[in-house]
Amino acid sequence: MKHTLSVLVENRPGALSRITGLFSGRGFNIESLAVAATLDPTLSHLTLVTTGDDFIIEQIIKQLNRLVDVYKVVDVSEGEYVSREMALVKVRAEDETRAEVLRMCDIFRCKVVDVSPKTYTVEVTGPQSKIQAVIELLKPLGIKEIARTGTIAMVREKKTV
Amino acid sequence: MAKMTGAKMVVEALKREGVDVVFGFPGGAIIDVYDALDREPSIRHVLVRHEQGATHAADGYARASGKTGVCLVTSGPGATNTVTGIATAYMDSVPMVVLSGQVPTKLIGNDAFQEVDIVGITRPCTKHNYLVKSVEELPRILKEAFYIAASGRPGPVLVDLPKDVQNAKAEFDYPDTPKLRSYNPVVEPHNRQIERAYRMIEKAKRPIIYVGGGVVIANAHEELRELAEGIHAPVTMTLMGLGAFPGTHELSLGMLGMHGTYCANMAMANSDLIVAVGARFDDRVTGKVDAFAPLAKIIHIDIDPTSIQKNVKVDVPIVGDCRRALQKLVGVMKKAGRPVEAWKDQHAAWWEQIRAWEKRHPLTYKEEPGVIKPQFVIEKLYEMTRGRAIITTEVGQNQMWTAQFYKFDRPRSLLSSGGLGTMGYGLPAAIGAQMAFPDRLVVDVAGDGSIQMNIQELATAMEQRLPVKVVILNNQHLGMVRQWQELFYDRRYAATVFGVTPDFVKVAEAYGAVGLRATKPEEVEGVLKQGLETDNLVIMEFMIAKEEGVFPMVPAGKATTEMLLV
Ligand SMILES: Cc1ncc(C[n+]2csc(CCOP(=O)(O)OP(=O)(O)O)c2C)c(N)n1
Repeated sequence: MKHTLSVLVENRPGALSRITGLFSGRGFNIESLAVAATLDPTLSHLTLVTTGDDFIIEQIIKQLNRLVDVYKVVDVSEGEYVSREMALVKVRAEDETRAEVLRMCDIFRCKVVDVSPKTYTVEVTGPQSKIQAVIELLKPLGIKEIARTGTIAMVREKKTV
Repeated sequence: MAKMTGAKMVVEALKREGVDVVFGFPGGAIIDVYDALDREPSIRHVLVRHEQGATHAADGYARASGKTGVCLVTSGPGATNTVTGIATAYMDSVPMVVLSGQVPTKLIGNDAFQEVDIVGITRPCTKHNYLVKSVEELPRILKEAFYIAASGRPGPVLVDLPKDVQNAKAEFDYPDTPKLRSYNPVVEPHNRQIERAYRMIEKAKRPIIYVGGGVVIANAHEELRELAEGIHAPVTMTLMGLGAFPGTHELSLGMLGMHGTYCANMAMANSDLIVAVGARFDDRVTGKVDAFAPLAKIIHIDIDPTSIQKNVKVDVPIVGDCRRALQKLVGVMKKAGRPVEAWKDQHAAWWEQIRAWEKRHPLTYKEEPGVIKPQFVIEKLYEMTRGRAIITTEVGQNQMWTAQFYKFDRPRSLLSSGGLGTMGYGLPAAIGAQMAFPDRLVVDVAGDGSIQMNIQELATAMEQRLPVKVVILNNQHLGMVRQWQELFYDRRYAATVFGVTPDFVKVAEAYGAVGLRATKPEEVEGVLKQGLETDNLVIMEFMIAKEEGVFPMVPAGKATTEMLLV
């Protein structure tokens, strides 16, 4: 099962490699990882996607909590959450396909962020499934390069009327 | 406040932390701290002969005394030489602070002379580590290092000290308590879980208390004894747990696991309730996990949540300090007010079964005329020291025979590399223990292989005038590996026989120590007597049966009930 973990960690040198080292040292896999500072510059927020059964996920969470620099770990995928990823896709766009690329962008509400005589560079954001769908559809047109951010995620606020 | 150098700060911090001895080896990148330390009369420095020796000595000091061990080493090769010792301490949860020199900050990352990324190298085997970037943060980091090393589940912490940081000056503002918002080990166990545990104990017909090194670390031996006697339950210990409960107590079944007693392993396997305290269900204890104690419910007390539910399914997890947890459990037990007779009745059939197992296969060995049996040497050592010595061991058969045949009655009297299994641990650890307790008898039980791994530390012991006793059980093999080859590799003794072994008596003499040797059973007692009475470093070499094995033995990957017996 895929799990998305949200980790708050002290913004200190070595903290990130301690976390990734924990995964590699125990043979756990990291599928995606995104890190940036929070409003509090002394803390970083890290979203980590990994897979494993309940037993492994429990171990991962406990092991993360054990690290001296880790402030908080939440398995956001336990409940309702929103997640986003962004990708930049440089796709071949020559005479006959240029319009086709733009049409796709329109359907998926992507943005063209760079144009050259032979390519468009497209920005896509959304849940991972949407990024995947866009990539699959652009593939036949000829993708030259992709850069993806990895997932970021947040627990949904409880809604009461 | 007057300013002081980083090097001086290190020494000041050591003083504030109550450190009285530091084990180390100097070099250019740590010379400034050495210079400052040299001016501080209240702290002794023990100059080792290899940095691995410094870490094991600090470790032995820590295990014997319960205080934090400290090492001081230079950058590059000095620092890398500590890695085995750090990993050893990490695996056995030993509080240790390693201070390493480092090249100046502006050279870090430039492949400077004697530069190595020791913080990167030790990340997976330290509880935490630091590269100090400026002298201003040094007091805070030192405070944190000592606090982290000794609190929660203890472990080694490394602080890497660049040379310019040692030389720079700042105010020494040493915090009383560290501020670590992300580090809050849970010490206080949950009352409801304790209640649940007690109710389970009340119902059990075939309970067993399974004790690990956590009880020793937490100084929880008194509470453990109160519980065991209170409910009249059998107690079995891991290698690390030996001494946490008296080995001579009528409720003790001795050690369990790969080389545990028949009785202990059978009792674990047939129990209906395991009360695990400060033990982590290591594979050397469980054997094949699927076949481990199939009928037992498990209560698991441990300060480290990651140890719980890691290898076996636990019914009542209790996270917290072992001592606090046992105190609370004993409290609940006393409140319930059930007389011990009632417990005895409830467990009568269980004890009958246990006594039968004990009788069927007691811990024993076959005597052979004219040949010294290692078990006999350990038995005699136990008798002649009346169980009062601090025993360190190397790794291999020597370690297991010691665990089996020396009856440890007191905590912190067996110092052995349990988790990592580090050959070369025993001699430097004995040096550390003897530094902590100058008046106690300290004996390193060694194999002829292991002793050669840190034999250079004989010089350290001589220099410090430490009357450590080294008992070498010389089987002229790397015995434990040979035993596996004998049992599982058709006796092909690949690389387990030394072509050259030094004359250990002469080795002792070369260092200015005393060397004694026994080659016949009749000589064993005499050599031990003379050796133990000599007020000097002594090597006692016993030429033992070459192909003696350690039994019982659970072959790796087998169920613990599938023991090979004598
Ligand atoms: C540093 C290290 N290298 C290798 C081993 C593997 N090993 C475990 S026991 C053993 C044999 C030890 O031989 P010796 O010290 O002579 O003791 P004996 O088993 O004969 O008592 C070896 C090589 C180890 N535990 N540690």
